Amino acid sequence: MDVVQLETDVLVIGSGAAGMMAALEAGKEGAGVILADRSLIGRSGATIMAQMTVAVALGSQTPDSWEHHLADTLAAGRELCDASLSQLVCEEGPRDILQLDEWKVGWARNDDGSIRQALAPGHDRPRCVYVDFLSTGPAVAKTLRGRVLRQKEVTRIGDLYITDILLTDGVATGAAGFSLADGRPVMVKAKAVVIATGGLTRLYQRNSASANMGGDGYALALRAGAELTDMEFVQFFPIGHLAPRLVGMDPIMWDPFRYKLGGRLLNAEMREFVNDYGNEEAGTYNVTRDRATFAILSEVKAGRGSPAGGAYLSFQHIPAETLRASFGPVIDRLAANGIDLTRMPIEVAPIAHYHMGGVKVDARMRTSVPGLFSCGEANGGSNGANRLSGNAITEAFVFGRTAGRTAALHARAAGNADAPVPAGALDLVSAVAPEHGENHAGLIAELQQVMAVDVGPFRTEDGLNKALAAIAVLKTRVGALPPGAPGPYNMARLDWFDLRTMLLVAEAVTRSALARKESRGAHQRDDFPAMDPAFVLHHTVKLAGDDIVLGRAPVEGHTLCEVA
Amino acid sequence: MRETATLIVRRGNAGEDAPTSSYEVPYTPGQSVLDGLRFVRANLDATLSIRHSCISANTCKECMIIVDGKVDYACTARLEPREMVLEPLGNKAHLRDLVTEITPPDERMEHALKSGLGKVVAGA
Repeated sequence: MDVVQLETDVLVIGSGAAGMMAALEAGKEGAGVILADRSLIGRSGATIMAQMTVAVALGSQTPDSWEHHLADTLAAGRELCDASLSQLVCEEGPRDILQLDEWKVGWARNDDGSIRQALAPGHDRPRCVYVDFLSTGPAVAKTLRGRVLRQKEVTRIGDLYITDILLTDGVATGAAGFSLADGRPVMVKAKAVVIATGGLTRLYQRNSASANMGGDGYALALRAGAELTDMEFVQFFPIGHLAPRLVGMDPIMWDPFRYKLGGRLLNAEMREFVNDYGNEEAGTYNVTRDRATFAILSEVKAGRGSPAGGAYLSFQHIPAETLRASFGPVIDRLAANGIDLTRMPIEVAPIAHYHMGGVKVDARMRTSVPGLFSCGEANGGSNGANRLSGNAITEAFVFGRTAGRTAALHARAAGNADAPVPAGALDLVSAVAPEHGENHAGLIAELQQVMAVDVGPFRTEDGLNKALAAIAVLKTRVGALPPGAPGPYNMARLDWFDLRTMLLVAEAVTRSALARKESRGAHQRDDFPAMDPAFVLHHTVKLAGDDIVLGRAPVEGHTLCEVA
Repeated sequence: MRETATLIVRRGNAGEDAPTSSYEVPYTPGQSVLDGLRFVRANLDATLSIRHSCISANTCKECMIIVDGKVDYACTARLEPREMVLEPLGNKAHLRDLVTEITPPDERMEHALKSGLGKVVAGA
């Protein structure tokens, strides 16, 4: 079978905002870059799904400084933020937001021409810039893609699925994978490799990101010998759309509605309940995601959920003209789905949205493996136990740019251009095996069900152990080799590689969650309902052979909570 | 009796004759054609190749196919309790089943190879 061999200075895996920023910056530094994505460049992943808010201390309409943004970020992170990473996001965020403005992303303006900033939950003042409701992510992705197209150092390769990082004497020297269009095995030799693959929301049955976010970067990092951190903290977006069914709409679409119009969260008795759980929501949308998720699921558990198993979200008290003035075309799309907000509430429930944990990096985006860097949502640490709304795109910009620069400098200094390719690097992607008795797409659905039921927002020791047992059984059913032979867009093989990744990452999340015998931020244990000061620490994850090994690391600099 | 949608799907690799597979999918109002195809893959036949990224937000624009003779997104076309004929786009190179080559020409592997970034060698 023919094999494709590519060579570059910097290989960036993933082309959301973080990956595109990394590629742009590495190119600017003069490095040759391959920007690879398992789907289309700039169109897969989470960035394009982002709806509205990007948090940044611009102070364009209310005085602000990065220290205030940092204080809110650390408070939302419930004492677990790696403050050096959080500070980098808050301090350098304004620079990238203004850069995007110069690149004509189209941040919404006030009448006086200043960039408009909206108040979002968890922020002490209006701090979130946006392009338009429902379309900030697509605008950001399009703008960055346009810049990447003009950066001559960057070669874009879509439909390139990376399966493993290549190592030579413990140093990252490239990656192995296959080309989806024809199935050919691909080896990319690189002096530096940047992981920008986003999070793991696909592990859950209901999620708000793209189907290709099954934790690829975490598995790549683990198998390369790098360390992960905070894997137990999966953020659930509290008001994901649940019912009635609608087509062609993003499930987190109600976020901008609430920013603009408030809206009332009601239980089965049609009573507002969020404040029953120690919150102070009064007409505005200000309760952080972990607390709102807790309130909704607690009502469901108490038997006061909506028919489909969530809460009602009602805009019935808002005049039809106001709804139309705020969301004109969206109102028509809802009508086509049979939804009239003036007459009926819709049902919402928490859905997997973002992952706080991830690859452990320093402030220059270096992992514990030389030559391997990571950025964006794939990183862990900057958001602690709960991410502040609006910080995801900002960190994608800042971490992406930082990783691109560090990787380019590393590549310039690296002498591994002629590093020998590890033996057997392409064995897996070249393998030909009999068709498998198992339906791997079905096994993925089973895993998503296990994670939703037992490793969701509420966890118990029994449930987590049950999940581990289920994951172990699924592992035995996957088989050692991908089914069939390499060929054009062979999705059965794709599923096998995805499942290989997802099972490893699911186990990392579950084992970390089992070890954290307390409730903090996005990690809630029914059997340990209180926050425990003894758990102001990070759980780390490494791979020893095929086994996941948990460790502990101190929290760096969380006392900076008092900066502002 | 529960209603079903019957999906008649064009199968096969590029250049092959066009066999079809027929799948019975349980129908619930409000589902999309993509929901039906994902049901098929997880429950009936994982060898069916389709392409999508964002799952019904109509953001990634990857799931464009031909539904009953008309170009449409699988994620916005409604599943209906009747026979529905699904085919790959006719104006793009066919890869497999419902998947066509939609990657822009300068983002394909061939382009990278032509740009001098690498070579094709005979594997083991």
